[in-house]
Amino acid sequence: MAKILADKRIETKHGRSRPVAKRHMPWGTWALTLNAIFVYTFLYVPIIVLVLFSFNAAKVGAQWQGFTLQWYNELFADARLGDALWTSLKIAGLSTVIATTIGTLAALALEKRGWRGRKAFDTGLYLPVIIPDVVMAVSLLGFFTLAFRQFQALLGLNLAMGLWTVIISHVAFNISFVTVVVGTSLANFDRRLEEAAADLGATPWQTFWKIKFPLIGPGVLGGALLSFTLSLDDFVVTFFTRGPGVNTLTTEVYGRIKKSISPEINAISSLMLLGSTILVLTSLWMQRRRQA
Amino acid sequence: MYNARTEQRRAWLQASPALIWLGFFFLAPLVLILIYSFQGRANDGTVLWNWSLANYQKLFADGAFWRTLWLSTWIALVVTAITLVVSYPLAFFMATRSPKRRGLLVLAVMIPFWTNFLVRIYAWKVLLGNNGVVNRFLDQFDLGPLQMINNPSAVIMALIYGELPYMILPLYAALERFDWVQLEAARDLGAGRFQTFWRVLLPQTLPGITAGSILVFVPTVGTFAVSDILGGTSVNMVGNSLSLQFGSASNWAYGSAISMIFMLLLLGAILLYFKATQEVNDGENPG
Repeated sequence: MAKILADKRIETKHGRSRPVAKRHMPWGTWALTLNAIFVYTFLYVPIIVLVLFSFNAAKVGAQWQGFTLQWYNELFADARLGDALWTSLKIAGLSTVIATTIGTLAALALEKRGWRGRKAFDTGLYLPVIIPDVVMAVSLLGFFTLAFRQFQALLGLNLAMGLWTVIISHVAFNISFVTVVVGTSLANFDRRLEEAAADLGATPWQTFWKIKFPLIGPGVLGGALLSFTLSLDDFVVTFFTRGPGVNTLTTEVYGRIKKSISPEINAISSLMLLGSTILVLTSLWMQRRRQA
Repeated sequence: MYNARTEQRRAWLQASPALIWLGFFFLAPLVLILIYSFQGRANDGTVLWNWSLANYQKLFADGAFWRTLWLSTWIALVVTAITLVVSYPLAFFMATRSPKRRGLLVLAVMIPFWTNFLVRIYAWKVLLGNNGVVNRFLDQFDLGPLQMINNPSAVIMALIYGELPYMILPLYAALERFDWVQLEAARDLGAGRFQTFWRVLLPQTLPGITAGSILVFVPTVGTFAVSDILGGTSVNMVGNSLSLQFGSASNWAYGSAISMIFMLLLLGAILLYFKATQEVNDGENPG
């Protein structure tokens, strides 16, 4: 029996072996394949249509009237959109740097066992993930408004919502995600390496930067990437915590797509799609290179 | 060298930036709207400091709010159920391919996953809109135009589309870890296909199901953008009433009461769900 089993196995990436599943589900194989084709078609048809129509010469409607790059040219000439993209990148960049630092530190704290408050801290960190973003958004709006009024009444300080309130809020929802991602890579870290380094006379500082950080680096990078994407993707929190005149790519595009469908928005969307595809491929490529 | 007290102190030191930031910019705002929910509305739309239970009394009698909450819950349940039913076999399919094929299949899920959610909503407007691709196609046969947006179905469709990867990825992660030899073992011991699935595969992939369901349910029930863009004025979900109260209606106190009830019900539901799935798991794997 064991020999027959072994013959039917193929090696997986992790070196474990598993039997070829087709042997178990002869009746189900076609259904599984059909379901997979259906899901992938469902996932890709809408975005492919979107990309196709961004090259359509027709100004209104969805009749195909020939190939054009006109909408892309108009996009690149659109200063409002350029400003919005730059604002988005500033917010995402800064909030990612801050959230990654704070989130990584929090993950390092959680890695240590047996300190008072650890369990409460661990549970509490999940709350920003579970609370719907719209609740977080309106509560931050209420908080900033009240805080600024108090600052003015008590200290005579004039503060107003602006770019920085958006950054603060994005950090608040990103910390937990970074901690979770870094936490998973810390779980795979062998703590004996740290002890060995310490025994050999390394200071905690040296141990961290020379031993630990290089090993958990991919996790930190993954957390930062997630944080950056969540920040770029966010509409609701930005919408409620921004000051007047602060327009990000999502708030700008939101206003436009609510009104109507237009070839320019098809073009913006296609470029955003291209951006995320490049991001996924790059991170995959980096992973591959690290493994090689 | 690594004594317990310095270790304790270091842990606290490392946790403190997160504690401070989340204390100020996550917890304090939530406490604030809890306090706001017991206040009133001044004529100029600001919060009137006057402790009372009036908002909650009004809320419990507010039929429109309960309809909104019911619609949100119903939409989120439908979206979660459909994504789960479609994603489980897909994740199974992915996990049983060769490693090389698997990488490609995961990549193909990742691309829509990392794409901006507005693009994903907008794609459905392009397809289903009054001036959209499907209606122009129908024109050629003198059919339509069909009114396909501004109704719950359009919202559900776009939500399923947007949330699918959040269900597929945790399920795939759970199935990828599964030790397939166990299926063979169960079959050798005389279990039928259904029994093998129900008693062996399902309990061990339950954490993936729990994670995926919560990852899909929470953003769906709290959505604001999808129902705003594809539902128009005819699909009112909790997110829309919240943004109305904190936006043009300027009734922050009432909006805060809505947030509170919504959050309580949601957290309660998640806790119950966790407990239920854990009990199922304990029941299936005694000891």
